[in-house]
Amino acid sequence: MDERAALDGRDGPAAALAMRVLAQTARMMGAERLIAIESAHIDGCLYHGDSGTLFAERLVEGAGRAGVPTTLNVGALDLLHAGRVKLDAHKAAMARRMMDAYVALGCQPTWTCAPYQAGHRPRTGAHVAWGESNAVAFCNSVLGARTERYGDLLDICAAIAARAPDYGLHREANRHATLLVDCTGLDPHLLAEDALYPVLGAWLGRVAGGRIAAFAGVPRDTSEDRLKALGAAAASSGAIGLFHVIGVTPEAPDNATTFGGVPPAETITLSGAMLRESYDRLSTTSGARLDAIAIGSPHLSLDEVRRLLALLNGRKSRLPFYACTGRHTLSALERDGLLGKLSDANITLVADTCVVVAPILPDIADATLLTNSGKFAHYTRPNTGYDVVFGSLSDVAESAAAGCLVRDQSLWS
Amino acid sequence: MVVARVILPGAASGRALKVAALSFWGGVDPDTGTLTDPSVAHHGECIAGRVLFVAEPRGSSSSSAVMLELLRNGHAPAAIVLGRVDAILGLGIVVAREMGWPAIPLYELAQQEMSAIDDGADIGIDADGRLSRLRT
Repeated sequence: MDERAALDGRDGPAAALAMRVLAQTARMMGAERLIAIESAHIDGCLYHGDSGTLFAERLVEGAGRAGVPTTLNVGALDLLHAGRVKLDAHKAAMARRMMDAYVALGCQPTWTCAPYQAGHRPRTGAHVAWGESNAVAFCNSVLGARTERYGDLLDICAAIAARAPDYGLHREANRHATLLVDCTGLDPHLLAEDALYPVLGAWLGRVAGGRIAAFAGVPRDTSEDRLKALGAAAASSGAIGLFHVIGVTPEAPDNATTFGGVPPAETITLSGAMLRESYDRLSTTSGARLDAIAIGSPHLSLDEVRRLLALLNGRKSRLPFYACTGRHTLSALERDGLLGKLSDANITLVADTCVVVAPILPDIADATLLTNSGKFAHYTRPNTGYDVVFGSLSDVAESAAAGCLVRDQSLWS
Repeated sequence: MVVARVILPGAASGRALKVAALSFWGGVDPDTGTLTDPSVAHHGECIAGRVLFVAEPRGSSSSSAVMLELLRNGHAPAAIVLGRVDAILGLGIVVAREMGWPAIPLYELAQQEMSAIDDGADIGIDADGRLSRLRT
């Protein structure tokens, strides 16, 4: 796309609008130019009010079309399970129009906040334009592709123009860590626990304040699901778009590379007590009440569902239990014959959306939700009114089977 | 005199509302402009018509959509002053202008200088970013 010609309207009104928004954003952020991108991930397809629907439809009317492979984040509706989301008729209709408009713009109806586990994996070093804070953190940190933290509205403009402002995390010099987080003194049992990673992320989000951190002393075989949980928690408690794990993530093979050949500006040595504090802060209540359970922010991978089923080991949930995931995992579950097992365990699958972006949870006064997600822990209270308790996946399974809150806090003492 | 850097142009006046950290998504009700995050100062108050100071913009990339919705439905602040420039909120304002809806100015002001602004004071900001305390 010729930028000047697009601005002049050669590619239609939507392309011109997209180019104007990109140019203004570039100016706002002090970017001197736009750069070509290889793919986009759109967060803007989630309904927050009629304005977003009207904007997307304006782009459709203006003959807008994504110019690069583009995936879609969650919408406000579960298109596969009618009635799962309790939006009023007007909002449901506008949310649906919005989702339809983004598909009409040529985006793939993936409807997931974990596109990187649904086959959208740009190569290390590729420039892309991704929205959704957890997806941005994963894309930069775990894949080593380069994106800024693009907001709703800019994401689709970048997709249409196949361009992004050249600033921030697109630039090599801005991707080096300055903060070293030393985990070498932590209990190895804690480092081997899934629940550590959202706690670590939530801690980072609160302390980093715009700095890029590198963790040292985290096991080399740390799974993508753990890095996904870390990034999601960090990106919800703070504006984290990139982190490194030395010896694990692609831009952190060793200390010198990670820090750009200079010593860290600051080192923080993590202690068990600091993590205990971060763990406690992920819960908004210390009460024993429990009304519902939700997991899957970011959307569950097949492996995460398998681990839940293994922990339940044939037991049924005695509480309303919501497992949020995308179509990519649903089709894998179907292929592996696991959908029946989930329904036998009284687990309600939520696809295309999740419990903190759409009204799904039962309407109960003063209710409490249990989750193993740092991101759900962050957004449950403001977005749903539920209090929240954070626990491990094992706490989730035990609580579900017992029908009341069961938490093993021995690792956190 | 305190002078903020103009990020998106305009002048405004209103009562100052200062928060340390805020994500518009999850922190502001897009229908009403009410601060919904219980961990944020002024929780329960409405940001509509205020000069909103956010020392540390945080969190979700959906904040631009919340900003756009507030501008469309008339519950936006009169102006926003950020401790550090953040493209996400500015974007909501840029797109509102494209849609023909009322836009608001956006400024950047270092956190140390923000401390000179009294929370709740009636203040004005001119097109060059100069802040003044208004006589009440």
